[in-house]
Amino acid sequence: MAAVASAEHAGTSLPAPTRRPGRLRTFPFWRWAVLLIAAAYFLIPLYAALKFAGFKAFTQVTGYQDFSSSFTLSLKLAVVATVLTLVLMVPTSVYVHLRLPRIRRLMEAVTILPIVIPPIVLIIGVLKVAPGRLLGTPYLLGLEYVVLAMPFAYRSLDAGLRSFDVKTLVEASNSLGAGWPTTLWRVVIPNLRTAILSASVLTIALVLGEYTMASLDNFQTFPVWIVNFEQNSGPVSVAASLLALFVTWILLMLIVTVGSRSARKRGGGQITLFSVGTADGRPTMGEPE
Amino acid sequence: MTTNTAAGATAGVLGQPGDGAGAPVALQGLSRSFGAVRALDGLTLDIAPGELVALLGPSGCGKTTALRIVAGFESADAGSVTVDGRDVSPVPAAKRDMGMVFQSYSLFPNMTAIDNVGFGLRMRKLGGADRSKRAAALLDMVGLSPQARQYPHQLSGGQQQRVALARALAIEPRVLLLDEPLSALDAKVRVQLREQIRTLQQRLGTTTLFVTHDQEEALSMADRVGVMKDGRLEQIAAPHELYSRPATAFVAEFVGTMNRIPGTYQGGDDVTVLGAVVPVHGERPADLAGDVDVLVRPEGLTIEPAASGNGIVTDRTFFGSLTRVSVLLSGELAVKVDKASTAATELVPGSSVQISMPAGVPVLVTARR
Repeated sequence: MAAVASAEHAGTSLPAPTRRPGRLRTFPFWRWAVLLIAAAYFLIPLYAALKFAGFKAFTQVTGYQDFSSSFTLSLKLAVVATVLTLVLMVPTSVYVHLRLPRIRRLMEAVTILPIVIPPIVLIIGVLKVAPGRLLGTPYLLGLEYVVLAMPFAYRSLDAGLRSFDVKTLVEASNSLGAGWPTTLWRVVIPNLRTAILSASVLTIALVLGEYTMASLDNFQTFPVWIVNFEQNSGPVSVAASLLALFVTWILLMLIVTVGSRSARKRGGGQITLFSVGTADGRPTMGEPE
Repeated sequence: MTTNTAAGATAGVLGQPGDGAGAPVALQGLSRSFGAVRALDGLTLDIAPGELVALLGPSGCGKTTALRIVAGFESADAGSVTVDGRDVSPVPAAKRDMGMVFQSYSLFPNMTAIDNVGFGLRMRKLGGADRSKRAAALLDMVGLSPQARQYPHQLSGGQQQRVALARALAIEPRVLLLDEPLSALDAKVRVQLREQIRTLQQRLGTTTLFVTHDQEEALSMADRVGVMKDGRLEQIAAPHELYSRPATAFVAEFVGTMNRIPGTYQGGDDVTVLGAVVPVHGERPADLAGDVDVLVRPEGLTIEPAASGNGIVTDRTFFGSLTRVSVLLSGELAVKVDKASTAATELVPGSSVQISMPAGVPVLVTARR
């Protein structure tokens, strides 16, 4: 009994002095472990793809038939979808925010639909209502992408609108003699910059990587081209997808960097790719930081 | 009121002081309901050119709704707003020429202080050089020239409100609307800015409607104060009159400190209270008779040390030249009495005092509570 007690005593008292530093040492260990596992998860396939493609494939890929046409098409669609999305969603979300705050819940539910509804249903829906002139042109896809991007764009913009007192700014602008278009252009949009950039980034990323709809609609966008090309040459098609990945990544980083820099200058929120909110964007009445 | 502002020699740009920029404003029978809530119930108010009228009242009394209808952000269900004799109801907010200062967060965060001030001028198509000259003059007027190139988030709350004031005044508004512009600021800044606003307003002669729930603010700044209750004006009067001759019990108790002391009222012009007969003024509901409450300000009562008085001192608070003495009268009735501090040294807690009504000072009577 005495032995047990002393052992227990030893067991509890001995590690005590070492526990603190021990914990400090294990904490970064787990942090690094998680980071490494995550990195491995993402980097190993990339490395494998790189190795499989070989550097030669990268020099060849641009020369292949339809490479540039499909790549240009994807870029064009990204631009069309982003512009259309913003033109539609910015005024809508501002209007809902100012005049119909009660239907915000409903808007959230409606804008989530494109994620829930199968692509084929969306395609048929868009085909039904699309103007005849667009049928058979790739711009039809642009319309579909606008629908697809809606959940992300709306959420970004809604979060942006919550981050400052839109109502007061709009009223201040009105009382100073600015009509609606001027107020939207000079007051609302500049303060919604971060959210608009965030919405654009998400839309562009979505369009550049979308495969299902494009292939169902029979248009050769870049992702479709990659899949089709795979039958000809595996390594080249893998090189093409890696290229697409890097181009998209560089594009997004460019937008984020440029956006953050000008936003920071005005004390706006930092743009991050996947956090759509700008919780720190709210101006405060306190002392300047 | 002191008149120390950072106002510079800006008269050349801003016109001479009191050059008649102010327009008369009339609110006539304004009513507005939000669902079942009647925010305004036939509000009528005339503001003379260059006058500063404060609307004072508890939250939900309709004062902000009134201001927003004048600004053009809300529409009235009934009634009209006229500026310079012209009905402005069909005129959108952007064309009303009214400068407005909001409670907070109203500066455009994407613009510097000077661009904020110049915004209204830009909307009036004033060219670049003139615009920046005028905006700079206004910033100078509120003492913020050094901050001209700073963004709102770099300014303190008080500085932000001064920029907002300069911005509202830059357009030479026919009416200046102030929507609780000081309530988000801390006490010291609030008092400074209060004086600055008043001085500028008087110098420029801008007709001003000021909404606040802070009675001290209203009384110290306004030419006339309108006390609102349930969407109506209870009373509108100059600050001293509102304080010394409140028309209703609501006004009396909302503005300043009031004692309620039981008295006996048999109709007519006199009421008996604390053994004295004093005259009655203000509203006298027809059914008021017998037991009533008499409303008396702390300075309206006299207090003297007395061996077997009618009250006992419970507490006293020193306010500089005045000391406010809390006294418990028989019947568990607590009253507050002001006394010159020099004469209040004997009135220590626990001492017996005699509280009485001076003869001839009119009081308000109201139903016993």
